[in-house]
Amino acid sequence: MINAQHNPHQPHEAIIVERIDEGADMFSLRLKFSDPKLQDDYEFEPGQFNMLYLYGVGEIAISIVSDPEDSHIIDHTIRIIGRVTRGMANLKTGDRIGLRGSYGRGWPILEAKQKDVIIVTGGLGCAPVVSAINYIEQRRGDYGRLNIVQGVKHSADLIWKSRYDRWRQLPQTRVFLTADVGDALWPWHVGPVTTLFDQMEYDPDNVTVMMCGPEGMMRAACTQLLEKNIASSQLFLSMERNMQCALGHCGHCQYGSKFICKNGPVFSYDEIADLFSVKGF
Amino acid sequence: MKMEHYYFSTDQLQRLLDNLLDEGYRCVGPQVRDGAIMYDELSRVEQLPLGVTETQAPGSYSLNRHATQKYFDWANGPQAIKPLLFAPQEKLWQSAQAADGQISFNTAEPELRPVAIIGARACEIAAMKLQDQHFLQQQYSDPFYKSRRDNLLVIAVNCGHPASTCFCHSTGDGPFVEDDEAAADMVLTELEHGFLIAAHTDRGEKILEDLGLDGCHQQHLDESASIRARASIQDKQLPQFDIKSRLLNELDNEAWDSIAETCLSCGNCTSVCPTCFCHSENDVPELDGKSSSHFREWDSCFSQGHSYIHGITIRSNTSQRYRQWLTHKFSTWHDQYGRSGCVGCGRCVTWCPVGIDVIESLAKFGGDAS
Ligand SMILES: Cc1cc2nc3c(=O)[nH]c(=O)nc-3n(C[C@H](O)[C@H](O)[C@H](O)COP(=O)(O)OP(=O)(O)OC[C@H]3O[C@@H](n4cnc5c(N)ncnc54)[C@H](O)[C@@H]3O)c2cc1C
Ligand code: SF4
Ligand code: SF4
Ligand code: FES
Repeated sequence: MINAQHNPHQPHEAIIVERIDEGADMFSLRLKFSDPKLQDDYEFEPGQFNMLYLYGVGEIAISIVSDPEDSHIIDHTIRIIGRVTRGMANLKTGDRIGLRGSYGRGWPILEAKQKDVIIVTGGLGCAPVVSAINYIEQRRGDYGRLNIVQGVKHSADLIWKSRYDRWRQLPQTRVFLTADVGDALWPWHVGPVTTLFDQMEYDPDNVTVMMCGPEGMMRAACTQLLEKNIASSQLFLSMERNMQCALGHCGHCQYGSKFICKNGPVFSYDEIADLFSVKGF
Repeated sequence: MKMEHYYFSTDQLQRLLDNLLDEGYRCVGPQVRDGAIMYDELSRVEQLPLGVTETQAPGSYSLNRHATQKYFDWANGPQAIKPLLFAPQEKLWQSAQAADGQISFNTAEPELRPVAIIGARACEIAAMKLQDQHFLQQQYSDPFYKSRRDNLLVIAVNCGHPASTCFCHSTGDGPFVEDDEAAADMVLTELEHGFLIAAHTDRGEKILEDLGLDGCHQQHLDESASIRARASIQDKQLPQFDIKSRLLNELDNEAWDSIAETCLSCGNCTSVCPTCFCHSENDVPELDGKSSSHFREWDSCFSQGHSYIHGITIRSNTSQRYRQWLTHKFSTWHDQYGRSGCVGCGRCVTWCPVGIDVIESLAKFGGDAS
């Protein structure tokens, strides 16, 4: 007999409790499984993801940005880029969606307690690290100094200015923003994220680095942070590849011997260093 | 289980088929179809390719008449067991949206009729074990593969006639079925007159008992041993160097580009390969407009979409795709499943439209280290 319990491919219905606009091409969905038992049993860790299904269109991998200890809601922030995300953007509060998860291995968020933390993100609204920042924000006393370095291509790309302002108010927290290309009203740094690394405050022997974004940016960041004597086992990257199944079966997310959907998406630099400098894997 | 060999005369083959059909099995076996030996629905021994053999070379395959009157004197055709277990296309689930917006999901039961495959080769058994590992023995088990696998009776036939493209002896997967884990239920060896047969599972043992066969003579075992010795002499062999680590150390070797000059990136090699598992998923709205079906379909690392992420194709050229294919099969597969992903069947060699030979490709990376 194959039923929902035995068919790991099959999503479950979830209801959109709230839909939030996040600017021109981003939106957030706050979700709840229609079946309260599923919602009660649902567990995840920051850095893991769900598969979201838009009825009649398809499924996509989306990081979970809500708090793992708040089991009543599941938050996702989605950027509109193609077929499924464009269709999802039209959903409203009260609409239904398909949901399955959680999948993968998240950030070493518990291991990072009592340590300094560096978050590096490039590109737009990098959801995987947002989950980590939110987690630390809620438990600020448990972590050491927090450095958030956000790079964007163009100053106009920076979403969530208000969130960065909020994070900047947290104790022992520094937020660095940089754009590859600035404009007259851009008050922050211009240049790649790596040019800001000298301003960060951290103990290289007691720090955890979490990053996501374009691989070129992460490569440059890893090189520099390694030069600053941060151990390669303390650099963590959230990787992205095409995902169809999230179950370790479809083969699309393979990265060398790794299946990003189940062995990742978060990897330590150690684990992927051999392929990270090669194009085409 | 102790594997006792029995002698089984050729005229009893129909009885075996009849017994299987009586027990409710759908029988599938080798038959000549469109100029190749393919698996198809089987009920009469006359459907088997008696006296037929084949010639294979890189990029070519042809059938010939044989002097001997044997049923299984040929090497593998383009299909393996794979499509019987991992369907080329499969509906995974279905959804329906009601007028009030509610979405319901359901999964259709796969057909549970038991299937008996007759004539599977050692390479196919080895490949099936790899697919069992991939689809059944990891974090998630695939229920569709599992129900087909549980319902599949495998009657293997040892190879007495490897093709020039075969190199199963060098991968350790053939030409005779090595089956410590009893993946095949029964194994046949075709002799000059008649067969040797042995059961590897209880299910197989039961079917053998129903045939009421006599034990075999030493002369039958000797004949089988000499068929095995002959079939183990294969010109094609894996190169001797440490392929696994060597390939990963040669990621920027220009040989990738030179192979890519002829490779069409058509994906034939991956669709005939009995171990390739890649597939895509897509949602197809039903014509009634009220429901939608979610399918999976075989895909290949040679396809454009395989490595697509928002605006970027990670493997945009053929060189990178061929490198993905070869390094996955011969290097990274070891880390995933404890052995190489190649069982030496030679299908990718025969069915490559431009005749790219995987052994020759590997040899390009031997360099000074060989
Ligand atoms: C682990 C993980 C977490 C992610 N978290 C988020 C997030 O929190 N917010 C967010 O906005 N985006 C996230 N993404 C990216 C998101 O999955 C893609 O933007 C989305 O699949 C694009 O779908 P589309 O149909 O709109 O785009 P199209 O360009 O039309 O893509 C077609 C299909 O290709 C596949 N695909 C395309 N891009 C990606 C991609 N980047 N990753 C995986 N499959 C892809 C999907 O199957 C998609 O349906 C994440 C990706 C991964 C792998
Ligand atoms: S790689 Fe080629 S020879 Fe090896 S198992 Fe696949 S099809 Fe057969
Ligand atoms: S990545 Fe390529 S070689 Fe590996 S299983 Fe998929 S199609 Fe086959
Ligand atoms: S998404 Fe299918 S194997 Fe990872």
